Amino acid sequence: MLTKRASLKLATAFAALMIAGGAQAAEKLRLLTWADYAPAEVVQQFTKETGIEVEITLSNNEEMISKLRATQGAGFDLVQPSQDRIAGPQQEFGIYKPLDLAKLKSDLFIASMLEATKKNTTVDGKVYGVPHIWGTDGLVVNTKAAPSVADYPDLCSQAVAGKASFRAKRPTLIAFAFANGMDPFAAYKDQKEYAALMEKVGAKLAECKKNVKFFWDGKDQLLNALRSGEVVAAMAWDTGGWKLNSENPDIKFVAPKSGALGWVDTFAIPAKGRNDDAAYKWINFNMRPEIAAKVAASAGNFTASNGADKLMQGKLKDQFAESFPKAAIDNIKWYPAVPAGIEEIEGKVLDRLKAGS
Amino acid sequence: MMPARKLALFLLLAPAVLWLGLLILLPHVEILILSFSERVGPRVYAFGLGNYLEFFTEPLYWRTFARTAVMSILVTALTLVLAFPIALYIARVAQGRLKAMLLLLCLLPFWVSELVRTLGWMMLLRETGLISYLLQRVGLASQPVEMLYNDGAVILGLVYGGLLFMIVPLANALESLEPSVVEAGYDLGGSRWTVLRRIVIPHATPGIVAGSIIVFMLTVGNFATPVLLGGKNGLWFTEQIYAQFITRFNWPQGAAFGMLLLVLSSVIVWLGLRLSGQSLGTTLRQA
Amino acid sequence: MRAAMAPSSDLDLLSVTKKFGSHSAVDDVSFSVTQGDFFSILGPSGCGKTTLMRMIAGFEHPTSGDIRIRGKSMVGVPANRRPVNMVFQSLALFPMMNVGENVAYGLTCRGVGKAEAEQRANRMLERVGLKGFAERRVTALSGGQRQRVAIARCLVLEPTLVLLDEPLGALDLKLREHMKIELKQLQSTFNTTFVYITHDQSEALVMSDRIAVMNQGRFEQVGSPRELYHHPATPFVASFVGETNRWTGEGTGGTRIRLASGGEVQGVELSHAKSVVCFVRPEAIALSSSEESLSSLPNRFAGRVSAVLFDGANSSLLVEAPGFEQPLRAVLPQAGPLAGIEVGAPVHIGWTADAMRVFAA
Repeated sequence: MLTKRASLKLATAFAALMIAGGAQAAEKLRLLTWADYAPAEVVQQFTKETGIEVEITLSNNEEMISKLRATQGAGFDLVQPSQDRIAGPQQEFGIYKPLDLAKLKSDLFIASMLEATKKNTTVDGKVYGVPHIWGTDGLVVNTKAAPSVADYPDLCSQAVAGKASFRAKRPTLIAFAFANGMDPFAAYKDQKEYAALMEKVGAKLAECKKNVKFFWDGKDQLLNALRSGEVVAAMAWDTGGWKLNSENPDIKFVAPKSGALGWVDTFAIPAKGRNDDAAYKWINFNMRPEIAAKVAASAGNFTASNGADKLMQGKLKDQFAESFPKAAIDNIKWYPAVPAGIEEIEGKVLDRLKAGS
Repeated sequence: MMPARKLALFLLLAPAVLWLGLLILLPHVEILILSFSERVGPRVYAFGLGNYLEFFTEPLYWRTFARTAVMSILVTALTLVLAFPIALYIARVAQGRLKAMLLLLCLLPFWVSELVRTLGWMMLLRETGLISYLLQRVGLASQPVEMLYNDGAVILGLVYGGLLFMIVPLANALESLEPSVVEAGYDLGGSRWTVLRRIVIPHATPGIVAGSIIVFMLTVGNFATPVLLGGKNGLWFTEQIYAQFITRFNWPQGAAFGMLLLVLSSVIVWLGLRLSGQSLGTTLRQA
Repeated sequence: MRAAMAPSSDLDLLSVTKKFGSHSAVDDVSFSVTQGDFFSILGPSGCGKTTLMRMIAGFEHPTSGDIRIRGKSMVGVPANRRPVNMVFQSLALFPMMNVGENVAYGLTCRGVGKAEAEQRANRMLERVGLKGFAERRVTALSGGQRQRVAIARCLVLEPTLVLLDEPLGALDLKLREHMKIELKQLQSTFNTTFVYITHDQSEALVMSDRIAVMNQGRFEQVGSPRELYHHPATPFVASFVGETNRWTGEGTGGTRIRLASGGEVQGVELSHAKSVVCFVRPEAIALSSSEESLSSLPNRFAGRVSAVLFDGANSSLLVEAPGFEQPLRAVLPQAGPLAGIEVGAPVHIGWTADAMRVFAA
């Protein structure tokens, strides 16, 4: 334990050194986010209004958490993990700092979404995240080549043998659990039960592996394979499906029968963020309907900004309407916060899935 | 006089010592310490060997390591077989400009990053890629052929990436072989095969061992090539380390895997040295 | 005529020519080496002797002509199938093998069993005076020992012919003198035909039964050391083999020659040529303090000592004499009355008419 503390001290000393080195630069917001969440136009306007420069680093949920963990929450002033990935890592690693809700204009958010996110990201009575962009995970299907695919298990059918794809990541486990009549979210509270459930899901996926062309990792990799026809059905984000749909009407985003998975990406402030004021300014600026509409158009997803939907272009709306009839919207499964320890269980199942052949 | 000289020596050595200490030694010590901590609860860790036990008790992990090691040995052997004639040509036949050009040609792929090289192979090998297209055009295949996402593709990519690191020490070793020694080998009645087996290969052994160690270590520690070319089946041990660190936030386990990779691959190298009767010293001189 | 070649000859070269591009490295060379001979090819570097040797060994192929060993044509026979073995200039011992393995190498290549090869190698090492050296690394041997290993490695195969490519070049002077004698002894004990290449006339003269002097791809003269020394056939041989004084001049139609530097010397042959070169060996020049003692010599000159080159038994004087552009070199007998002569002292020199060789230039 002593050495642990010693190494911690060393790390802090290094961090202090780095802060001292970079302090005299112009005011800057270091943003760790997803691709397309901070389009150049929006950044320019923000800099013009506030004089703050924005330095953008692109990443995904796991890497965001890993990066913050490596520095104990330093290096960035604002991050955008999904709402279910805040409470667990916060308990485990303490990488975020509580939000000062008074500094946020809460009427800019869709009220129900703000409340739900606050609830999901609360640790010890403190709120750590507010919603920004939301969307769903479902099926992207080339309806001409694979008309039969309507739910996740259809990816394992003979009809799409060797031409299906999904990620070797947790959303796939959750999706296949629901599709096989289980409720993984209900099992979150009991690790033993969850482990048993995941074993079953793992077995199903192992059977399915021969059908899979590859476990996709980057969005572009999957979109290219769908474009070329090497993959005809995949579990993926709605936005990718709609993007391809604009190029080739045969490719559609399908809300699976067992329910699309709903995710919300948030704003959260790292524990050692240096410019909280700029972070709050960026959040308030981004939630303004006209700005949020631009960001949503760039990301191809929906925004938690109140009133931005009225400003959005027709195409995405039409695609959403086609993919999500009323019943499908009601059937969206929203991720609850991931308790600590759950990812350990899932990780092992995923390791075995990758190792098996 | 003396203290001043000592100070000068100290200042001269300081950058090297700092470099070794801060960038090589310290991180390894950190990783070593980290690998012995076990998670008890949120933010509570205790000393324990659990992370190492996990490797030996969970077949998934040691099998992945065994697979990585066996494939790396195979890749090293294939690279050697491919590189030897090339190195022989560069060292003993090619002269002047041609020699420089050949070495440059071997070096050329390394001007782009490993990722780009691997993506290049993906473009060639994929179902809708160039080779599949050509096979169909020539009439050797009636439908698109998928050559990606299997062990063959992984080995191909790794051999390609290791070739230069085998050719350079080999060509180096072969270049120092006096031409008259080879001629004496023939003159005394040796056939091509005898000269190769009894004179050229023994002379090149330090280069062979040096190249093999470099290629083996690079291959075992490779990440992008097996992941990208192997796809769903390209399981590599480094992927396990990455997964532990990045997607599972289990640093102690990742650290233990990292230490195991270091130790086990060093053991394999040591065994290789013993089998070929070389010492690390002579080998390093060759490289 | 060729079919009538003596059956006792081990090596016959017939009009061998080797061209590299338009340059002839070896130009129409023919010679024979008799069984048991120590035959040297002597010439300056670049004269083509190495190319010639490599053709005999089989590493180069003649552009035209034939190479025969014991009457059998070697054209098209690869190096490893020829009854010829070579001692390389660098010796080219196999550093990856010990002494015994080096000597046994050729035997195992021929399919001799390991045990027998080892035995024969040990016997051969004993004969060259390296008994008990079989287990040593070749890098742990002295220069002379390495030399003997290189020769043993060839002789163990009982070849028709051993080729030696200036193997003494890398040795220091003392050892080289010693090895000259040792090589000659080895050759006569084994009674194997040696073809020896060198640019060092003293090596060639000491060891050889016969010497070929080579220049610019051609043989100038083939003969015994004595013949070459005393009766050089060409100006090149005269100046390349042994020390000599050399002057250019003009024939007078009689036996006298007018030197370019003004003096006149007396030869034996009639010389009509417009321009000639004359050679006189330093040991043919007699020295005296008085003119009378040289009165019987047709060539007599008074001069002055310009340098004393003391080298024990090989000591000589440089003498400046009117009519000669360069000082003349004369052997200074250390047992004679002039042994103590100093620079600047007057001296008389002279030589007989038949001591001088004269060639048309």
